[in-house]
Amino acid sequence: MPEELAWFLEVLIAGLLSGVMYSLVALGFVLIFKASGVFNFAQGAMVLFAALTFARFLEMGINFWFAAAITLFIMVVLAVIIERVMLRPLVAQPVIILFMATIGLNYFLEGLAQGVWDSQVHALDLGIEDVPWQSVMDATNILISLFDVWAAVICGALVVMLAYFFQKGRIGRALRAVADDNQAAMSVGIPLQLIWAIVWAAAGLVALVAGALWGQRLGVQFSISLVALKALPVLILGGFNSIAGAIIGGLIIGAAEKLAEVYIGPIIGGGIEAWFAYLVAMLFLMVRPQGLFGEKIIERV
Amino acid sequence: MLYRESGQFKTSYKADMAIFPIRQDLWGMITTLIVAVVIVPLFASEHMIVGYLLPFMIWSIAAIGLNILTGYAGQLSLGHGAFMAVGAYSAYNLAVRIPDLPLLGVFIGAGLIAAACGVVVGSPSLRIKGFYLAVATLAAQFFSEWVFATFPWFVGGAASMVIDTPRMSLFGYPIESNLDNYFLVLGFVIVTTLLAKNLVRSEIGRAWMAVRDMDVAAEVIGIRPLYTKLSAFAVSSFFAGIAGALYAFCYVKSVDFTAFDLFVSLKVLFMIIIGGMGSILGCFLGAGFIVILPILLNVAAHHLTGGQVSPELITNIEHMTFGGLIVYFLIVEPHGLARMWATAKEKLRLWPFPH
Repeated sequence: MPEELAWFLEVLIAGLLSGVMYSLVALGFVLIFKASGVFNFAQGAMVLFAALTFARFLEMGINFWFAAAITLFIMVVLAVIIERVMLRPLVAQPVIILFMATIGLNYFLEGLAQGVWDSQVHALDLGIEDVPWQSVMDATNILISLFDVWAAVICGALVVMLAYFFQKGRIGRALRAVADDNQAAMSVGIPLQLIWAIVWAAAGLVALVAGALWGQRLGVQFSISLVALKALPVLILGGFNSIAGAIIGGLIIGAAEKLAEVYIGPIIGGGIEAWFAYLVAMLFLMVRPQGLFGEKIIERV
Repeated sequence: MLYRESGQFKTSYKADMAIFPIRQDLWGMITTLIVAVVIVPLFASEHMIVGYLLPFMIWSIAAIGLNILTGYAGQLSLGHGAFMAVGAYSAYNLAVRIPDLPLLGVFIGAGLIAAACGVVVGSPSLRIKGFYLAVATLAAQFFSEWVFATFPWFVGGAASMVIDTPRMSLFGYPIESNLDNYFLVLGFVIVTTLLAKNLVRSEIGRAWMAVRDMDVAAEVIGIRPLYTKLSAFAVSSFFAGIAGALYAFCYVKSVDFTAFDLFVSLKVLFMIIIGGMGSILGCFLGAGFIVILPILLNVAAHHLTGGQVSPELITNIEHMTFGGLIVYFLIVEPHGLARMWATAKEKLRLWPFPH
């Protein structure tokens, strides 16, 4: 394989795999938006909260799976509290009010996470080594991080699980009904509050997985909550209410970002990853204003 | 009892269209102005002016800008900080590169440059709507942060990327003391508030509100959506640009790319939500609330803990309280402090009868 092509492929694959990590965060947004029409700005703080809790439990010497279970339990409790205290009184308010409330929640969770634990950098070891994949390296001379591959596998499993959860059974049907129309769902007797709590808990699970994976990569600290900002272009590119969109959007953004960093970055001064993803997403939006897989916006007077 | 309009008759259309149709409101405004122009400079301490009043007034201008865009024209924006940054950097470059430009020209020029940027950022708004647009405006936010952090040209080549603002003088009178700065900012507050108040009562303001309530319907009755949305973006960014320039020149006295990050945009958004969307008074109430609240929390935390607790924990508790109060306020009064004020006035007019 020619050197140039191998390099290109390496960048592309690294981009796609890191895109999966973005998808993971975007997924949390999509779940909540689908079910309640709330653009949950606090997703980043939830990621931080979950990752910090998990990391601190591990540091206390608690068994890996047990720590994960406790953290998940805490996220579920958190979801129930959020639903009870914040969402229920705000039901039927304009979406921008709910959006602002989640920004308030964002501050609250950031303070809570760092107040209960601390704001030091914590190493998080999931037992997956961040080394090149040797057999691929030998065969094609392309460097692929094994950690990225594992992250992609975990993310894939999570998506399949969530998709199954959304499609099958009573809860799945109720979830889809609520996603379709809150009030209609309520009028046929679906417990809206319960569904919202479930969805926020699911978003909490996604936050935990995303937080753990990002935590091993970056260290668990405040800046981990900023990955949520990375996920926003993924979100608008894929469409706010599509799980598939979050995945495809993540892949596109991840690949475009890495390629741009390598091929365009040096020309215009570097550090472009902060906004390049947004540019890509906006170009897509000019063609499809509802994102790739978002529901078509039909406007009537 | 005091606040009652009986006996006030309007005999001309002009009287009916006045900014303050009720005489008590007019007196209230005159009193406020007298306090701001005479009493405050006479009695307020330096600390009061620099610590509270300057930021309050500057954030009020920024909040008016965002309220025009989000509260009146209905276009949610998370990129207001970017326009403030553009204003601050434009003002610096205008002042340094064109030494003959008078001070007012510098500020207005900064506003106009910010307005031009606003039109560019707002141009997708015809096609992209709602939260998609909000996220798209984030692009402006991150792009501006990157531009001002990357290219030293904007700070005249300073390696630290932070530079002090040049001295100001207005009509030959040097603006040096905090009081001078106070008067300069106060002048801008009065002019921009009057401008904004009259804009939203005029044809363009009504067009903005029509677009906010339903843009397709507004288009059907003959309002040009592109012009209306872009004019909202332009006016909003103009205000933001002036606020940013004042922030840099009169308040922190330096141009710094970290001063206008995403959290600035969110802060201004908080101000208009807490204060009241679609209300000029709300901008001031919201700005006051958001400026004072962290200071109060800080003072309260120090008094309650007596300096025993680590400052880190106090910061976190402040964050929690801030977030919690925001959520609480939204639950109690989603329409903001301005609505509370309006309700109180309504009650006063009918007092002592309930209806």
